[in-house]
Order: sequence, then C-alpha cells, then structure tokens
Amino acid sequence: MGKKVGMEVSLAIAEAAKMADTDVVAAYPITPQTHIVERLAELVANGELDAEYIPVESEHSAMSACLGSVATGARTFTATAGQGLELMHEVLYVAASMRLPVIMVVANRALSSPLNVWGDQSDLMAVRDTGWIQLICENGQEAYDTTLYAFRIGEDKRVLLPVMVHVDGFYLTHVIEPIEIPEQEKVNKFLPPFKYPLPLDPDKPVSMGAFAPPILYSETKKAQEVNLRASLPVIREVWDEFEKVFGRKYKAVESYRTEGAKTLLLTLGSFGETAMAAVDKLRDEGQAVGLLKLRLWRPFPFEDLRKAVGDAELLIVIDRALSYGGPGGPAFSEIRSALYSEKKRPRILGFVGGLGGRDLMVAEFEGMVKRAQEMRPKGAEEEFEMYGVRE
Amino acid sequence: MKNLGIYAARLTPPVEGFAPGHRACIGCGEALAVRLACKAAGENIIIANATGCMEVVSSQLPASAWRIPWIHTLFENTAAVASGVEAALKAMTRKGKIADRGTKVIAMAGDGGTSDIGLQALSGALERYHDFLYICFDNEAYMNTGIQRSSATPFGASTTTSPAGKKSIGQKTWKKNMPAIAVAHNIPYVATASPSYPFDMMDKVKKGLAVNGPAYVHILSVCPTGWRSTPDLSVRLGRLAVETGVFPLYEVEDGKYKLSMDVSPLRPLKDYMSIQGRFRHLSEGMVKKIEDRVRKDYEQLKERCA
Ligand SMILES: Cc1ncc(C[n+]2csc(CCOP(=O)(O)OP(=O)(O)O)c2C)c(N)n1
Ligand code: SF4
Ligand SMILES: [Mg+2]
Repeated sequence: MGKKVGMEVSLAIAEAAKMADTDVVAAYPITPQTHIVERLAELVANGELDAEYIPVESEHSAMSACLGSVATGARTFTATAGQGLELMHEVLYVAASMRLPVIMVVANRALSSPLNVWGDQSDLMAVRDTGWIQLICENGQEAYDTTLYAFRIGEDKRVLLPVMVHVDGFYLTHVIEPIEIPEQEKVNKFLPPFKYPLPLDPDKPVSMGAFAPPILYSETKKAQEVNLRASLPVIREVWDEFEKVFGRKYKAVESYRTEGAKTLLLTLGSFGETAMAAVDKLRDEGQAVGLLKLRLWRPFPFEDLRKAVGDAELLIVIDRALSYGGPGGPAFSEIRSALYSEKKRPRILGFVGGLGGRDLMVAEFEGMVKRAQEMRPKGAEEEFEMYGVRE
Repeated sequence: MKNLGIYAARLTPPVEGFAPGHRACIGCGEALAVRLACKAAGENIIIANATGCMEVVSSQLPASAWRIPWIHTLFENTAAVASGVEAALKAMTRKGKIADRGTKVIAMAGDGGTSDIGLQALSGALERYHDFLYICFDNEAYMNTGIQRSSATPFGASTTTSPAGKKSIGQKTWKKNMPAIAVAHNIPYVATASPSYPFDMMDKVKKGLAVNGPAYVHILSVCPTGWRSTPDLSVRLGRLAVETGVFPLYEVEDGKYKLSMDVSPLRPLKDYMSIQGRFRHLSEGMVKKIEDRVRKDYEQLKERCA
C-alpha cells in the first residue's frame, strides 16, 4: 500500500498528473485552480516531471494548445476554473468532436458577475453539452484517483474523449486531507502509455478538422453521441481495474445509508460530505433519510440512478448552480427528466444553494429535508427553491 | 519534362503538399501562395490552419487537398494550436516517445485570423518563443465570410462592412502594420513576400523554417473575388502592389531590416488601383492622397533598411 500523507488537494492533483507522466501541460492561472498549475510548473522546473509546460496567454489558448498537443500524440493535461472554463467554451466542443483526449481538472467556481472566485458549479453546468466526459469528486482522495483514472478512460481506444475532473473550488482545492499516494509501479501498471491512433505525423499524413456540409454533419454528431454513450461500460471497466490495483471502488452513483430510506438527498461534489453528516443526524432521530451522490455527470448514468433511487418516496436534489428562468437547478431538472418515464417514481424536489462559496452546513441540509416534506408545489416551476437566500 | 532542371536554372520543387482539386476561386492568389509555401516547406512538416478561405476550399469532408499532416480547429487559435504541436514534438522527442526527425511546424491564417481575432494567440506564441513559422496569407479582408473589412484592409477599399457610399469612402482606417507588430516581439525572422515573386517567397518560407525560434512571414495574396479584379490579373496585381510601394518586400533578421528589392522610383499608384473594383469609387484626389502616404511609408522603410 502507498502511504497516506496530509496534502493539499491541489498538490495531490498535480501529483497525479506527474505520476501519469504527462508530456505537455498548457495552462493559465485562475483562482481557485492556481495551486495545481503552480505545482506542475514547479515539478517541471525541478526536473521531477519531464514535460513541456506552456504558460499560455489565455485559457482559450490553453485548450487550443492542448488540442495541438494531443493531436500530435502527447499525453496532455490542463486545469482551469469558472471564467477560464467559459473562455475555453468554444474550444471544448472541438476537443470532444475531434476526439482529442485532453485531461482537465476544473476547480469549480462561480461565474461573473458579480465577480466571485468561490466554490460553485455554474461553470460545470455551463459546459454540460460540450461532449466531454464529466466526473465529479467529493473529497481529496477522489480528486487524486479521478485525475489518474481520467487518463485511462479518455485515452482508451474505444473512448478517445476529453475528460473533465470536477473538484469544488476551495472546498476541495485548498484543504489539506489525508491522501494515499500509490507507488509509481502501481500507477505504471494501471495506466498504459498513450498511443493516439492517428496523430499528426509526416510519415502518415492525416487531415484533422475538415469541415462538414449538412449532408454529413448530422452523421458526425450521431457518431459522437453513440461514442460518448458507449464510454459508460469502459468507465465501469476502468473503475473495476482501479479497484483491483488500488483497492478503492468507484461507481457512478454512490449510496449512503439508503436502506429503507423514504427520503433521499442527492448531491454532486463536496456537498456529499456535509450531507452525510446530516443524514447521520436525521437517522439518529429516527428519520428514514439516505443520500445519493452523483459522480458521473456525462455520460449520464440513467441505469445507476434508477437503481439507486429504488423505492424512495421523496428525492431532494441539491444544485450548486442555477438555470435562470428555467425548470430548476440543472441537476434537479435532469434527474427529474431521467426518472419521468418510471412507473413508480418519487416526488422530486430541488434546492439551489451554496452559490458563490456560501456554506451549506449540516443544519441547512436538515432544513432542506424539512422544507421539502412541507412543500406542496402547484406546477413544475414551484418544485424547486433557492435555499437560504435573503429576500 | 524529364531533366528539365538542366535547361531551366531554377525550378520549384515538384512536391505538392497542397494538392490540386481544391475549391479556391479561379485566379486565387492565396491558393497559389499556399501551394508555393508548401513546396518550400517540403514533407517533414505539420500545418495548423485557421478557419478561413484556405481551410474551407481545401477540406470539405470527405475530401482533403492536404498531403502533409494538417489540423484545423477554430478561427482565432491557430498559433496556440501550433504551440501545442511544437511542445508535443519537443517533449515526446526528448522522452524518446518518437524519433527525432526535425519535423517543423507551420501555423497559417488569413489577415483576419492574424491581425484581428487571432492577434492575442499569435502574440502569445511569438513571445513564448515556440520554434515555428507563422504565415499570414493577407488578402486584405475576411473573404471566406463575404468580403468584410479587417484591420488589414487598405484605406479606401470598399468591402461589405466598409462600403463606399454617399457619406463613406470605404475603409476609413490605414492598414495595420502586422510585420512591425511581429518584429516588436524580438523574434529572429520576419519577412513580407508575394507569390508574384515565387522564388523570393519560397526562400523566405525556408528561412523562416530554418531559424531557431519563431518566424513570421506576411504574404500579400491577391483575391480577385474580393478585390473585384479579373482572375487573369492576379499575378500582375501582386507585382504592381510591390512596384507601386503598396506592399514592399523586405526581411527583418534579428531586428535588422533589409529590403528584398528596391523598386524606386515607384510606379504611380493608379496603375494598381484602377484595375480593382474595390477602389473604383475613389476620386483622383483621393488616390493621390493615398499615394502620398504610400510613398512616405516606403521612404521610412528604406531609411530603416539603410
Ligand atoms: C469566433 C469566430 N468568429 C467568426 C467566425 C467567422 N469567420 C470564419 S472565417 C472568417 C474570416 C476569415 O478571414 P481571414 O482570416 O482574412 O481569411 P480569408 O478567408 O480572407 O482567407 C470569419 C469572420 C468564426 N469562424 N469564428
Ligand atoms: S474568395 Fe478570394 S481568397 Fe477566397 S478562395 Fe476566392 S479568390 Fe481565393
Ligand atoms: Mg483575409
């Protein structure tokens, strides 16, 4: 077994990229991602990581340089957050559509304006439809593990898709946690070298990024859709493999104390840790409350979600992002639609909370359970509320 | 013809990285420039191409005119994509993941992709000193989207977004000096070139590829469609641009300016302008005013080259 060390999560993420023997890092600093890329720059400067570090002049260029790098066949890593992710937006689609497996950690942060650098998942939700695989981490160990296995998933020949690893800004990036860093040999055993099938190579010239007229565009999009959905079994396979080598088991939807639960909370990311404490408390008080934690956002794990929801009567989805004027928080609205066709489905209510670094404590999670049990919505637009906001 | 080289002193290399069959307009000076640049660059090359005419005419799925490795992603990011390619080659060669074959990298874009929307990415890549050649194929407007003005459109030209009209003489601003901006990055090689002077142009592409570090070559590319000129005049217009002093050919090696050819005394500007529809609306007085400015700029350049 590797040893557990107290480590800032950002540094653990950089360590994962290092142990994956990343060839190229192209990144632009933004709070709260900075410690990740600073650490990588340091590792390269010290010769601990043999890589080219491109200190680009913007996130748009960061992702663009990543495209060029992966297309040439190099293992490529970057990290960003909030505004940076939005500046990359256009380029994100290209990475997925051209099947260039860039691995990116996103230190999730609020979007301006007003300027706010703190934890929030608005950035995560805004890039939902770019075609990337999106994994969401709950704690530091997960952040290390997920960064590592993201390479294995994205670079798998059956997948070849870019992967975003989401870690809540500050809540995860800036905390020190006991993290088990495995031995390098184990990492080498788990992660084969990257072999891009058709890189830019003068010996075998390829044209990449040709344009598609209407008669072909739809087919390219269908192929992409089929491909992203087909990555789910590979992701499961990688999780199994990860468990074999490192002993930690991951799955798309994590259940916590759901046995016999009538009410379920559902969270994404670091909320999960606080929600667990709330569930413990409510269970102690005799309430049949459990918790689901969604780890995989794209491809959406429909099957796993349905199974995990089971016979619950009330499902409370907590979003850290808002869809202005829409049908509730993005996760809430997707989960409601994912369960819509089920014969027996729970009542589904949503809360939006914790925006821009506002803390949601155990008491707030308890409060949401209580509030949801009282809510009597008259229409879809009343099925969610912003929680803990002053009028 | 076999052994033609025995009879003709200088020939272009037979290699065609940019193959015939692409969809450029008849008489397209930009396609000619790309073809010659590819001949000069040879086969051990990777090209990153910005969105624009050259990308669109060469790459409609499932066909491609490219016989060398080529990547297009977006409009404004081609210098950044090239940075990534260069860094990847460097890292993988150093780590023994690929053989060291001295593969070179070219980024190419139009004047819009270079002097407007892609300027930041270009500046970043030049400043970071990537070992690559950036070629701007300047046809003096956004041609791919229908002849809209760019910051490289010359004063007085009528375009679809700087139309001449009762209250407008067309483009109201003077052409941005992109080569000077490149020079300001303290890079080892900057040059202007024209496919109407093919050997000079190819030499400059070769030089740009040979230097260690970034190089910038700015190529004036006649666009009969956007300039409202007849296709048979494209090569001649390229020469007239040089002979009138509108587009002087020069190099800047390690900051030192050198004229590739001194064409003074300059030809009258009207020889160049009168055969292009985009300047048709200009009065003689206005052409004179532009000519004064062209001559002043040319003299300044000559001084810098002295
Ligand atoms: C972000 C973005 N904005 C606008 C466009 C539309 N667009 C595509 S090509 C082009 C003009 C290209 O002009 P230039 O770079 O001069 O190349 P040319 O076609 O003239 O060779 C424009 C405006 C785009 N593709 N992407
Ligand atoms: S519009 Fe101009 S630059 Fe574009 S292909 Fe036609 S002639 Fe060439
Ligand atoms: Mg142009």
